Amino acid sequence: MSAASPAAVAVERGLRARSIDWRGTVFQLLLLASLVLTLAILATLVVDVVQRGWPVFGERGSDFLSSPLSTRPASAGIAQGIAGTALIAVFVALFAFPLGVMTAVYLEEYAPDNRLSRAININIRNLAGVPSVVYGLLGLAVFVPLVQGLAGGTGRNIISASITLGVLVLPIVIITAAEAIRAVPRTLREAGYGVGASRWEVTSRLVLPAAAPGILTGTVLGLSRALGETAPLVVIGASSTYFSSGDQSFLESLFGSFTALPMIVFGWSTRPQDEFRALTAAAIIALLAVTLAANAVAILLRNRYERTW
Amino acid sequence: MQQTTAAPPARDPVAIRIERADHPPADPSPTGSAGSAALSVDSEIVLELQDVSFFYGSFRAVKDISIRVPARRITALIGPSGCGKSTLLRTMNRMNDLIPNTRIDGRMLYHSQDLYARDVDPVEVRRRIGMVFQKPNPFPKSIYDNVAFGPRINGLRGNLDDIVESSLRRAVLWDEVKDKLKQSGLALSGGQQQRLCIARAIATEPDVILMDEPCSALDPRSTLQIEELMAELKENYTIVIVTHNMQQAARASDQTVFMTMAEDRAGYVVEHGPTIEIFTNPRNRLTEDYVSGRFG
Repeated sequence: MSAASPAAVAVERGLRARSIDWRGTVFQLLLLASLVLTLAILATLVVDVVQRGWPVFGERGSDFLSSPLSTRPASAGIAQGIAGTALIAVFVALFAFPLGVMTAVYLEEYAPDNRLSRAININIRNLAGVPSVVYGLLGLAVFVPLVQGLAGGTGRNIISASITLGVLVLPIVIITAAEAIRAVPRTLREAGYGVGASRWEVTSRLVLPAAAPGILTGTVLGLSRALGETAPLVVIGASSTYFSSGDQSFLESLFGSFTALPMIVFGWSTRPQDEFRALTAAAIIALLAVTLAANAVAILLRNRYERTW
Repeated sequence: MQQTTAAPPARDPVAIRIERADHPPADPSPTGSAGSAALSVDSEIVLELQDVSFFYGSFRAVKDISIRVPARRITALIGPSGCGKSTLLRTMNRMNDLIPNTRIDGRMLYHSQDLYARDVDPVEVRRRIGMVFQKPNPFPKSIYDNVAFGPRINGLRGNLDDIVESSLRRAVLWDEVKDKLKQSGLALSGGQQQRLCIARAIATEPDVILMDEPCSALDPRSTLQIEELMAELKENYTIVIVTHNMQQAARASDQTVFMTMAEDRAGYVVEHGPTIEIFTNPRNRLTEDYVSGRFG
């Protein structure tokens, strides 16, 4: 159609934008700028660390990963830190996962909805926000003497550190598990009750399998938090200088001196020697790798088990 | 008049009532003798409600319900939205126990036993009085595991494979799924899912099947399939169905209970009796208005 009627022209003009949306554009630019700024800060951190620490991997490679702690920078390595972090991961998972999930199941499925249970829920959320150094002091005051009483020695070992970190992440596990359980649709439970299942059968055979992906994700996220916390380790007394772990039995090493990656980062960052700057950065790279790996596992698990109802 | 001779597949003592229903209608208008809510003589009563009221907290949702559900018949509960039909249905198998702060008054008798007696286990009640819900809700498990779930948790009697097959056959779903029993139940179409839920309900060999608007989420063709299925099911099971669809109630049911909401927002039974009479010769003015579509 070549000739456009006046009505059509008027409509076309009316549909066009009146004027440029200045405020909208500025707002959008501001949002973009915030994003860029955040990414720039993170990128600066990563680039700086990698720049400083990568040469260590380049020069010493696997030697860095397999050497024990030392006061001499040329021979210091993070082997004991890796072992310590790995053990912490295992113990925290063993401690916090069953306890946290069972607590969440009780709070969501069994506890009556009264003031007491609501107060408990609020307090668990508060506990998730308590500073980690406070948990460290709790560990020093309660768990160190406990382990000392049970197993002798100083009590300042990886066992008491793991229990402390386990307690630190327990609120996180409880909260995420409870949310995963709450997200299971009511219709699923009704269907279970409708065929004559008891509350335990509905919970164990229907609700928990359905909530499993969310619970798993929450546990892994809590775990990755535990692996990165430094203050409790400092308070309980993880080592950042030389300690012997070569000729002990595994059990002895559990109840003796210990260390973990965050502690090594903290300790080396306070050393006077210049060479330790690079070593600190290298240790940070190792710690970041562990954290990223844990988060990646969480995302993978979530994507793999995500279902539509 | 047929005699009901076969005993129902129940494990409970059976009381056979041979009397006419003599509950007065809620409306005080005079009742014609031909239109009284008569049940066929010798019809066995599975569920009897005596002045049942149900409360959510302090709000009375249904009041003074007195009806009888005959065995191996389809009893329909009809009425406008919000009049408490689903609430009433859910009291029949104690599903409302799951909601906190609820209470029931009056007596709910199942084969003359009080369902809400102190020592009655709601889990056992729900094994015998099954339920099919409005929106199909199969478990996120395989078709086989969906049907096998009930028998498994209730203690298996007989071969599980046979139970699954016979339940799926009775739900007229076997031919469509026999080659894909390991597939997820959620992968079926809406009508198939609902039939799967029915198979799941009958796998526990219940006495009664309660259906809460089972076809309202389905297309007309699936609806018809379910209705045909209900006609077959009633040979072995007692069915109580809540439905918004009056034509469905007229087509498919033997008895109809018409409820509506009173001024205090509580539901009550206006009239109940054989479906034929409710729809062609109702005694109560409200009933007549409802079934002819003047309200609701």
